Amino acid sequence: MEILVCVKRVPDTAENEFELNSAGNDLDRDDLVYSVNEWDNYAVEEAIQIVDNAGGSVTVVTVGDDESEEVLRREMAMGANNGVLLSDEAFEGSDGKGIAAILKAEIEKGKYDLILTGAQADEGAGQVGGMLAAMLDYPYASLVNKIEVVDDATIKVGREIEGGNQEMNEIQLPCVLSIQTGINEPRYVGIRGIRKVASVDIPIKGAGDLGIDAATVGDAGAKTKRVDYFVPDLGDGAEMLEGSTDEIIEKLIEKLKAKGGL
Amino acid sequence: MSSIIGPASFEFFGIFPAAILSFILPVVGVGLFAYIMARRLAPLVRAAPDFRMDHIGRRIQKLIVIWLGQIRQPRYMLAGVLHIVIFAGFLILSIRSVSLVIIGLSDGFVMPGFGGWLGVVYNILKDYAATFVLIACIIAGIRRGVFKPARYAVPEKYGKDHTAEAVFVLGIIATLMISESLFEASELAYALQETGDAHFVAPLTLVWIFKHMLSGASFEFLQGLHIFSYFLHDVTFFFFLCFLPLGKHFHVITSLFNVFFMRLDKGKIKPVRHGVTAEQLDDLESFGVKKLEDFTWKHMLDFYSCADCGRCSDQCPANAVGRPLSPRFITIKARDLMFKNYPLSGEIYKSSMLVEDIYTEDEIWSCTTCGACEEECPLAIEYIDKMVDLRRGMVDEGMVPQSLQKPLKALEKRGNPYGKMEKKRADWALEKDFKTAYTIKNLAKDAADTLYFVDSITSYDDNIQEIARHTAVILQHAGVDFGILGKAEKDSGHEVLRFGEEMLYQDLKEQNTRAILDTGVKQIVTADPHAYNALKNDYNGLPPVRHISQVVAEKILNGALSLKPCLDPDKVYVYHDPCYLGRHNGVYEDPRQALDAIDGLTRVELEKSRDRSFCCGGGGLMLFYEPEEDTRMGVLRVNMAAEAGANVIVTACPFCLVNIQDAIKVAGKEGEMAALDFTELIARHLR
Repeated sequence: MEILVCVKRVPDTAENEFELNSAGNDLDRDDLVYSVNEWDNYAVEEAIQIVDNAGGSVTVVTVGDDESEEVLRREMAMGANNGVLLSDEAFEGSDGKGIAAILKAEIEKGKYDLILTGAQADEGAGQVGGMLAAMLDYPYASLVNKIEVVDDATIKVGREIEGGNQEMNEIQLPCVLSIQTGINEPRYVGIRGIRKVASVDIPIKGAGDLGIDAATVGDAGAKTKRVDYFVPDLGDGAEMLEGSTDEIIEKLIEKLKAKGGL
Repeated sequence: MSSIIGPASFEFFGIFPAAILSFILPVVGVGLFAYIMARRLAPLVRAAPDFRMDHIGRRIQKLIVIWLGQIRQPRYMLAGVLHIVIFAGFLILSIRSVSLVIIGLSDGFVMPGFGGWLGVVYNILKDYAATFVLIACIIAGIRRGVFKPARYAVPEKYGKDHTAEAVFVLGIIATLMISESLFEASELAYALQETGDAHFVAPLTLVWIFKHMLSGASFEFLQGLHIFSYFLHDVTFFFFLCFLPLGKHFHVITSLFNVFFMRLDKGKIKPVRHGVTAEQLDDLESFGVKKLEDFTWKHMLDFYSCADCGRCSDQCPANAVGRPLSPRFITIKARDLMFKNYPLSGEIYKSSMLVEDIYTEDEIWSCTTCGACEEECPLAIEYIDKMVDLRRGMVDEGMVPQSLQKPLKALEKRGNPYGKMEKKRADWALEKDFKTAYTIKNLAKDAADTLYFVDSITSYDDNIQEIARHTAVILQHAGVDFGILGKAEKDSGHEVLRFGEEMLYQDLKEQNTRAILDTGVKQIVTADPHAYNALKNDYNGLPPVRHISQVVAEKILNGALSLKPCLDPDKVYVYHDPCYLGRHNGVYEDPRQALDAIDGLTRVELEKSRDRSFCCGGGGLMLFYEPEEDTRMGVLRVNMAAEAGANVIVTACPFCLVNIQDAIKVAGKEGEMAALDFTELIARHLR
């Protein structure tokens, strides 16, 4: 089975303390560390496990700048066979639809049975997978937490339903799936693994290589634009306790006591 | 001498010379033994290299103390004394056993040099040796067969009970002692009856007892018994020799080598592969132990040498709290696999991935590397290096639990397991009250002759930052000119190395080494025993490293520090030895001396203290690991302290403090018990 996994380089939520930049329209990105989007990591692990059992190969692809190559290498160290970096100045500022359009162009150049994306990334929109499926005219399943390969043309996919129930669906290949965390336990990638793939060639493709009209993607083609980015004002009844952990705990206990909660 | 016929001249049924049998038995016995040993050596030849021919003098010293002196045996008194008796008996009787083999070919043979007074002394010695060995075997047999101490039990998941083998071998040894004595007693009884020649026999020995018992026996019976007991001894002796390499009694042969080649330096971890430098690591195809043959030959020798005494597991804190780890079975399962894959005849089987085949992932992650097992093993079997090697293999295969992946990634990106910003590493010094009274030098800007290496937990953990401030206060009071690395400091990587992430450890080590050497400091001080061990034993080329307790003890002694009388004289204090300060580095007395320098402080000792200290639950990455266990190590430790009558547990390690503070809550002893770091106690008592 030929599998393509779409991945994204995102600020690492576990290793950063987020602050807004002075303009107030984005994170202060100077001191951030980045890693692969967590959902995408599960998708790559799942793809590797499928290929281990059913044969084939895994390709990871990302739309981003030169630094995004780092996440492709990490996923290749995990066991993905190929990596492709889609990078072009014209891609900068793409909205979800733009990203989906770029990915679609690359996917059509290959022959993939299965396209995986993470259920969502750092911006929480969760839109690329669905749009990509629509553009490719492929069937789509979202929030997948289980995959069983039936045969060359069919797989079964599962999804957790409200209340902890599990649903299974049969879906025809080729298809697009968005992968939920918890579908597997992604393997560890150490520095040694990354060094082993450090010199593997990763092709970089731009708008020209993909046959994309630069005006349809990037800033130019974006039909959704972020206009603001802020920490919500504290509403009525909400209060932030400040101080060291001990002080916060003390204040919390006091408040609970005062309100009769303890 | 008597006219009893010895085995060399005796003829069965008057025609068949017994000497033929005396000749065939050793030839067949030794031949078979050589064959078995050759097969047993096969896996060692294919094993990974291990350099153990260094420091011959120290090795001989270990041999004298641990092997010949059996120094570790009396740590378990009854079993230990029984073993010493049997071991000493074996050594003494080895000469007699060899001469007995030759007596079968030459009547009345005497070992060169044993003809005169030496022979007389030796005879008395060996008669008592045989007697005591028999008594020890009987006691040991009753102990194993009737009382069955719990530590020998084999949990179902680890296979069948080993009592039968143990009792069988005790029976073999008893047979050797009895037959040897009967052989001699029958000859003496014969001589006494025939010539009235009463040879001196050491009183109350087996020979003495048998001689008296046989005093009325017929010549015919005595002659038959003499020959029968000779061949019973001969057959049993060679059977035993060939039986040894088939099970846990292999240690009778291997222990000499196992102790001689034992690990000499505590606190250190073996390189990924002996003979491969850190710079050449990238060229290695595979890391760590994945298959049986990835173990070093010494580690395989360890597996052969295990006597199944169960002391390691009896001391193992992971085993005590019901984690899926019992060091004894790490060894026994590997030995069973060696016996299976390298059978005595026929083809050698290929081994598969050990973690999956004989071990489980959780089993290997359960070890805190506290070293209690190694400290106890009378045969000096190693465990920590094997655990690290197995983990290196698992890390290389990506088999790392999610709970550990997060901190490892954070260490890679931020140099600390919490994922906190590098620039906040020195924020502990910015606490309001502290900041107004003390200014901490940053060695990136200012010079000082001492570096205080803080390490991650003390830099970032809200509670533990207190240790950094107390350490700074103590150093300042003691007149030490010190500074910190600030954001240039990275995690020491102590647990990164021990959790098998070698390349990440190398990276952290390189960054820290460079940062430290750049400052030009003359010495390093730390309050974290894990950092202490890392800088002292794992790193190289650094200035001398000391733990804060060593500095305090020295400064009290030379008068630079003086302490007030105890502020809480009603409390009862107990000192808990951190594994990486005590067992791995032998710092037992300094913290105790410092505590005792506080006038009026009541201090008791834990039953498990010093080199038998019980791990609190582990440090570094172990704090992130989510083990399967019935209870926490810290809870057991807190209960031990309560039993000792203490209500304040003093530790000298940030991880011990975290674990014991948590354990006090889990054990429901809040209010009754408190945990206190060494630095806090000292800082509070500074004059």
